[in-house]
Amino acid sequence: MLVVDDEPGICSGVKRILERFTVSYPFMDEDRGFDVYESYTGEEAIGFIQQSPPDIVLLDNKLPGIQGTEVLDYINKNNRDIIVMIITSYASLELAVKATNQGAYDFIPKPFTPQELKSSMENVTKNIFLRSMTKKLNKEGKEVRFQFLSVLSHELKSPLNAVEGYLQIMQERQAGNNLSDYDQVIDRSLQRIKGMRTLIMDLLDLTRIQSDEKDKQYKQVNLKEVAQGAIESINPYAIQKDVTVELHMDKEVEVYGDPNDMEIVMNNLVSNAVKYNYHGGGVDINIDGDMQGVHIQVRDTGIGMKKEDTARLFKEFVRIKNDQTKNITGSGLGLSIVKKVIDLYDGHIDVESEPEKGSTFTVFLPITKYKSETTTS
Amino acid sequence: MVMSDKTTILLADDDVDYLFQMKLHLQQSGYKVITAESQREAEELLQSVQPDLAIFDLMMETEDSGFILCYKTRRKYPEVPIIIATAVASETGVSFGLNTEEEQRWIKADLYLEKGIRKEQMLTEIKKLLKA
Ligand SMILES: Nc1ncnc2c1ncn2[C@@H]1O[C@H](COP(=O)(O)OP(=O)(O)OP(=O)(O)O)[C@@H](O)[C@H]1O
Repeated sequence: MLVVDDEPGICSGVKRILERFTVSYPFMDEDRGFDVYESYTGEEAIGFIQQSPPDIVLLDNKLPGIQGTEVLDYINKNNRDIIVMIITSYASLELAVKATNQGAYDFIPKPFTPQELKSSMENVTKNIFLRSMTKKLNKEGKEVRFQFLSVLSHELKSPLNAVEGYLQIMQERQAGNNLSDYDQVIDRSLQRIKGMRTLIMDLLDLTRIQSDEKDKQYKQVNLKEVAQGAIESINPYAIQKDVTVELHMDKEVEVYGDPNDMEIVMNNLVSNAVKYNYHGGGVDINIDGDMQGVHIQVRDTGIGMKKEDTARLFKEFVRIKNDQTKNITGSGLGLSIVKKVIDLYDGHIDVESEPEKGSTFTVFLPITKYKSETTTS
Repeated sequence: MVMSDKTTILLADDDVDYLFQMKLHLQQSGYKVITAESQREAEELLQSVQPDLAIFDLMMETEDSGFILCYKTRRKYPEVPIIIATAVASETGVSFGLNTEEEQRWIKADLYLEKGIRKEQMLTEIKKLLKA
């Protein structure tokens, strides 16, 4: 670990506190201790990091020469594995929060007690351990599930808690004996159950696309039919929201693939375009094919999203939370599944969006590869 | 001691059902409850109201909304006890960013609770914090 602070007192203090401190963790084979090195300026710190990158950098924000944030920038660019903790006075907490957004792991408000330092070092150490674990699992293809299961349990527990709470309210007759006084309670319970069902359906999709190649049924899939199917299934909801969905195709377009996979892609994009639309809005689906492959574009006039949000969309369980989306149910899995499918076909998906104007999702699926591979089966 | 004014609890959570149920429960236990459905709403409320206790969900607009609220509340009203409640599963042994017990200790929320806990238990904890 490297401490970067222009106050020698802090450096030696940290050294003293951590000298005989070890962290133990049920999953770790042995306790971990700390080797503490000191730098008094940012320049010195960068030099040190170049020579022998530490696991942890404890970084004071205010330094005599270059600032802490510049050191952080350097680490972000060159040594992403290093965990950076910012030391900061209470006055500049906001800055520290910003730094954590810029990739610092966390911050310790100054002055800190030995116990506080130890606690956060304990936590960082566990994080380093988990990270290395995750890396190892990642190599074996297990990482996704490890994280996935914990978020999943969270996503399943929330609606269960909600429904359970409502049932208790009814059991205790908290609104009296008149059943109609419980309409809202029943309504919300059904909503949450519906949300859970969506989640489970999405999970089934997920297992299906990850199923064995031999379970896939590759054939020429007519995209017009797939698109029409998608429109049909969202239609009740579209009518309710007065959203017009139009399909534009100049010619028949086919793609070689598993019909299930194509349905997953189309259904998710079209249903999102309706779900995240305004009342009276529109959705245009454009499908076109050329020598290279197939282009699918789903454009809506809906609520759109900010640029920083578009970057996270395709990750599992990502839902954008704001006033406009809070009453829309969803698992946050749909687009991650779409992305997985498209990756299977070596295609790509892009999104362009503007808040309050709408979003356009563009999918490209290359054709050639699959034509030539089909001969084997 | 008889209190003329009811104790006010600020409750921030983006799960509207949790919000509704918790509010009901706390009201029945004699508290006055003000609610916020987002970090932003809670921040606005904090401008004008000083609650006697605050309960924040951890993940709202961002993964650490609860912590940010915690800091902001602490800075404005240093004496107000704060509970962070979350449904993140601790059983799986994976730490999510800032929410291990150790972190909670120096984040300085007064209590870190799992949402699944029984309502009575939550009440006991609230009473403890209000007395302290
Ligand atoms: N067309 C769109 N316009 C605006 N926002 C969108 C659009 N499509 C997706 N989003 C945003 O991206 C997030 C992730 O979408 P995704 O389809 O993965 O999940 P979901 O809609 O929450 O759940 P589900 O998979 O059950 O449909 C959504 O929560 C929404 O905020």
